[in-house]
Amino acid sequence: MEHTGLNLTLKVWKQKNAATKGAFESYDVKNISTDMSFLEMFDVLNEQLISTGKEPIAFDHDCREGICGMCSMVINGRPHGPWNGTTTCQLHMRAFKNGDTITVEPWRAGSFPVVRDLVVDRSAFDRIIQAGGYVSINTGNPVDANALPIDKKLADKAFAAAACIGCGACVAACKNSSAMLFVSAKVSQLALLPQGQPERSSRVLSMVDQMDKEGFGNCTNTGACEAECPKEISLENIARLNREYMSAALASEE
Amino acid sequence: MGLTGLFLISFLLVHCGINACIFLNDNGETFNKAAHFMGTNLFIRTAEIGLFLGLLIHIIQGLVLTYENNKKRPIKYAVNAGNQNSKWYSRSMGLLGTLLLIFLIIHMGDFWTHSRVPGLVGGLPEVEYDGVVYHDLYAKMVEEFKEVFVVILYVISMFSLGFHLLHGFSSAFQSLGINHSKYNPMIKSVGFGFSIIIPLLFALMPLSIYFGLIK
Repeated sequence: MEHTGLNLTLKVWKQKNAATKGAFESYDVKNISTDMSFLEMFDVLNEQLISTGKEPIAFDHDCREGICGMCSMVINGRPHGPWNGTTTCQLHMRAFKNGDTITVEPWRAGSFPVVRDLVVDRSAFDRIIQAGGYVSINTGNPVDANALPIDKKLADKAFAAAACIGCGACVAACKNSSAMLFVSAKVSQLALLPQGQPERSSRVLSMVDQMDKEGFGNCTNTGACEAECPKEISLENIARLNREYMSAALASEE
Repeated sequence: MGLTGLFLISFLLVHCGINACIFLNDNGETFNKAAHFMGTNLFIRTAEIGLFLGLLIHIIQGLVLTYENNKKRPIKYAVNAGNQNSKWYSRSMGLLGTLLLIFLIIHMGDFWTHSRVPGLVGGLPEVEYDGVVYHDLYAKMVEEFKEVFVVILYVISMFSLGFHLLHGFSSAFQSLGINHSKYNPMIKSVGFGFSIIIPLLFALMPLSIYFGLIK
């Protein structure tokens, strides 16, 4: 296989902290292998910067195998870059051509303040989960895993919703910075399963309430979130969230 | 938005159906009679209050929604690839809706006010069928659509309506929680058909009057 060396120009957002104003800075990288991931290309650039005594670029990353949800870059206007159903760490440099100029920005949303450079504070998501994204388990003898019959179709839907890694690409892609796809996935994965039933209506009410408190925008069904989601979470979940919310708000006594 | 949107869609269907009577080529007789029924029937007149209420809620909600959502991203992206993940008309519902609101004000000034507040803007011409006097709304249409600018404004506005519906029709169902593999294809195709047929029929009205295609 050919490992073409790419020469690229990167325009990267640099910002010292949340209080200061940021700006784009240009960097040239040379001889980048097409087999590298986008983050590895950043590693090469940072090595280069460190060796010349310059400040490296701060970016979030952890597992580098597409399941942790830490990496968060808007590459040429698209969260996680040009490939569909892919996180930034799984985006490979073969997606680009020699001589390309690539613009890299952090997630942009009022609810995701920039911590530094490409790192944003996504703790708003944690607070939404704390508001209701859990199930209560009674202690006692362990129950056999297969004792509770669950419709295969529902199990599949719950599993597909649970694939959400909470990266926030949905918020980054949405013109309204809405977190509806994230919240809907988290509500769905529990509402679809018997284990999620006890807190079903209080969960959706508190999670949506927290989502609004965090200052995320309203959903206008443009579908940008679904298109950019690295885990391809379906808009069907947002419809389910709307149903869950409506019935909980109408029927619950809370 | 979805609930009021679907309500307004049902109004469009009735409005378009009645107006399409002009295509019967009877010099507007059926149309004038239908309009007379709509203007005098107690049930319809009561429903009209609901229509204005629904319209008002839809407009206010839409404007507030657009205003609120615009504030949620204080620093915009330098590179925006919105067209790669969503349709332009889905992202422009606030703009399309505002264009429709402007059109609506002009449109109601053209016709509705002449029927409802004739003292202020001048009444409608009258016509007699079988000894009964009716408002000749058709003659008013012919008069209005003599002006080429009016025709152009109406036709362009129907493009706004078409794109507004192209997003709005199916989006209303999604907002109401109706997203089901069994019904999605139907909602999608009916929505697509509605968004083309209704604005097209509406646009054909000023066009065919202007070009003298109906009598």
